[in-house]
Formats: sequence, structure tokens, C-alpha cells
Amino acid sequence: MMEENNTTQRSRTDSQAAARTSPRNSGSFRSTIKYAFISSLPVMAGYIVLGTGFGVLLQDKGYNWLWAALMSVTIFAGSMQYVAVDLLSGGATLIAAALMTVLVNIRHLFYGLTMLEKYSDTGWRKPYLIFALTDETFSLVCSPDLPGDVDRKNYYFFLSLMNQCYWITGSIIGAVAGAALSFNSAGIDFAMTALFVVIFVEQWEKTKQHLPAIIGVAVTVVCRLLFGTSSFLIPSMIGILAAMFLFKGKVDSGSAESTADIRGAADEAFSQDGAETPFPRTNTQYRYGSEEYSDRNKTAKGGDEQ
Amino acid sequence: MIDPVHSLLLIAVIAGVTALIRFLPFLVFHKGTPKTVLYLGEVLPYAIMGMLVVYCLKDISITGSTHAIPEALAVAATALLHKWKHNTLLSILTGTVFYMVLVQLVF
Repeated sequence: MMEENNTTQRSRTDSQAAARTSPRNSGSFRSTIKYAFISSLPVMAGYIVLGTGFGVLLQDKGYNWLWAALMSVTIFAGSMQYVAVDLLSGGATLIAAALMTVLVNIRHLFYGLTMLEKYSDTGWRKPYLIFALTDETFSLVCSPDLPGDVDRKNYYFFLSLMNQCYWITGSIIGAVAGAALSFNSAGIDFAMTALFVVIFVEQWEKTKQHLPAIIGVAVTVVCRLLFGTSSFLIPSMIGILAAMFLFKGKVDSGSAESTADIRGAADEAFSQDGAETPFPRTNTQYRYGSEEYSDRNKTAKGGDEQ
Repeated sequence: MIDPVHSLLLIAVIAGVTALIRFLPFLVFHKGTPKTVLYLGEVLPYAIMGMLVVYCLKDISITGSTHAIPEALAVAATALLHKWKHNTLLSILTGTVFYMVLVQLVF
């Protein structure tokens, strides 16, 4: 905590000093915004559509657009918000919700690890940059090269902000449209199932080590049969964790080669989807991010052993 | 919709835990990440997605009136379409519409 504050303060002083000495460069500012906007376009498409899906689902459970907006402003995590719809409508306990959030979002730890250095000098922007580090934003900000006239820190900031605006906009559109259009919504819940099936397929194809995926399915099915529909989730999570440690040797040896792919497939396959047209660099960026992370990983392990 | 106060608390917990996970590396992992955390971060995404798929399908019943046929068909359609086209939005949209048609018109 202290360290964080110190860094922020130091950076703030630095940027104030910079502002005093260098004249305002509006050309750079404009091209930064423009470049951030262009980079964000593929995310815009994905976020507006998936945000709309989230809004429709939430509205269908009796929560109006204000709830959708509140969640997209404060949570801002795609697949977790789909899960949250279910937690809300099912009246989950706070403990169950917290555990579910940890499991669904644990991959975000690695985005943070990858961005530690790049975000270290971002000053007042830093808390927001960290808060808004979603899968899609991560895939863009870990890009190594920026044009010369683009201010790196402002680029990160506007990109993150634009992405969140798309997500909020999509979820409000969905909630409002869902309420305005009266249609037979029976079965619309399947959108969430479909999202997770798609990500599951995407992940499956990205690795040769299928044991973790199989464990996830098998343990949950067994727990669902043993514990019933309302209380199988926590046993499943415990079971999955236990199985991961039980099969650690096996999983480790098999997954070593595919480690670099995992973050790419981590979740929200729709960022890959955004790769269709103006976005051919997504995979490279993920790989870049993973390499950087692997280096850090080595250092970290080295540090541990000392 | 359930009790608004409990809803707000749930949203606060989810938002808080999500933010905590995002901030954690910046707060504590300056000097090195525990190997256990690294390992879990590598393997959990796969297992969790499997868990979430099952979680979504928790209410189906083989012995129920539709024998879980709409769910099985729609999951298969979504997965196959995605394997074929690799277009996430198309797969989700088609799978959902297909399922809605099945439960509203066919079964």
C-alpha cells in the first residue's frame, strides 16, 4: 500500500515537473487520442455486442439499465458480469460470490504481472489503468510499438477509458432494448452458456494439455450430482483446486510447452474474434506479453530460490 | 429480482474482489510471484471454463420433460460452429437463437 502511494506521488511530481518545463504539445495529444481510438475499434465491436448481451440477460432477471450501468462501471469484467447475473438472480451468498469471482478472474493476476513495469511510471492514471485492465485492454496495451508522436501513458489511459465506455454503452443498450422490445425471452439465458462453450472450445484448441479442462468438467459434474443444484459450486471449486495439486506433476510436464499460449486463450475469446479485420496483431501481442511474462517468471523463480 | 440490498452487496463484493485481483500484482508481487500462484494461474483458466459450462447447465435433467435434448443440441451446435468458423459473436448468437427456437417452438 505504502509503496504504491509513494510511486504514485513520485510519478505525479515527475509529470508536474515535465508539464512545467515542456510546452503543451497539442499535436501529440491529438494523435494519441486518435491512435487510441483506432486501436480500440475492434474492442468496440466486441464490447458493444457482448455488453448488449449482458444487459439483455440482466434486464430479463428484473434489473433495469441502472443496474447494468452500475455493474459495468464498478466491476468491468466481461465473463464475470455474465456469471454475476446468475449469482444475483439466484441470490447467492456473499462468500460464494467472492469465491466465484476469485476463480473466474484469477487470470488477471498475470496481466498485472506483465504490466508491472509499463504501468510503473503512469502517475495519476495508474489506479484507473490497473482497475480497467481487462483481457481486451491487456491485449492492446502490451503491444510493444507505438508511433513516435503518441504519448504512451495517455494512450494507455484513453484506450482503457474508451474500452470501458463501449462496455457500459453496450450493457445499457441491452438493458433498455430488452425492456422495450417485448419478445418471448425463454431460452435467452443460453447466451451465457454459449459464451462459455465458445471460450472452452477456444482454450481447448490452444493447448495439448487437456487435463485441467477435463478436471473442471468432471469435478463439477460429480459435485452437481452429489450436492444438488444449489450448493455444488463451492465443493466444485475446492475439488478442482485439490485435483490441480493432486495432478500437479502430470499437468506441469504436459503444459510446459503450451504455457505461452494460455494467457492468449485465457478467457473472453472474443478478443480473438476482434482479430478478424484490423486486428491481425492480437496473437503476436499476446505472445509478446507472454514472453515478457516468462522472463519475469524466470526472474521470480530465481528470486524465490535465493 | 431479489432484495436490492443483497443485490448491491453482491455487486460490491464482486467489484471489490475483481479490483483486488487486478491490484494485487502491483501491491505485492514486486519481488517475485509464489510458484503455486503461477501454477494455478496457468491451469485454472481451463478448469474454470469447464466448471462454468457445467454451472450454466446445472438445471438440466435427463429424466425431465425434454430429456436435456435442447441443451445438448444447442451446446453441440455452438461448439461445432465455433470450431468451424472461429467467430465468437456468430457462435454465441446462433447458438442462443437456436436454443430459443428449440425451447419455444420445438419442445
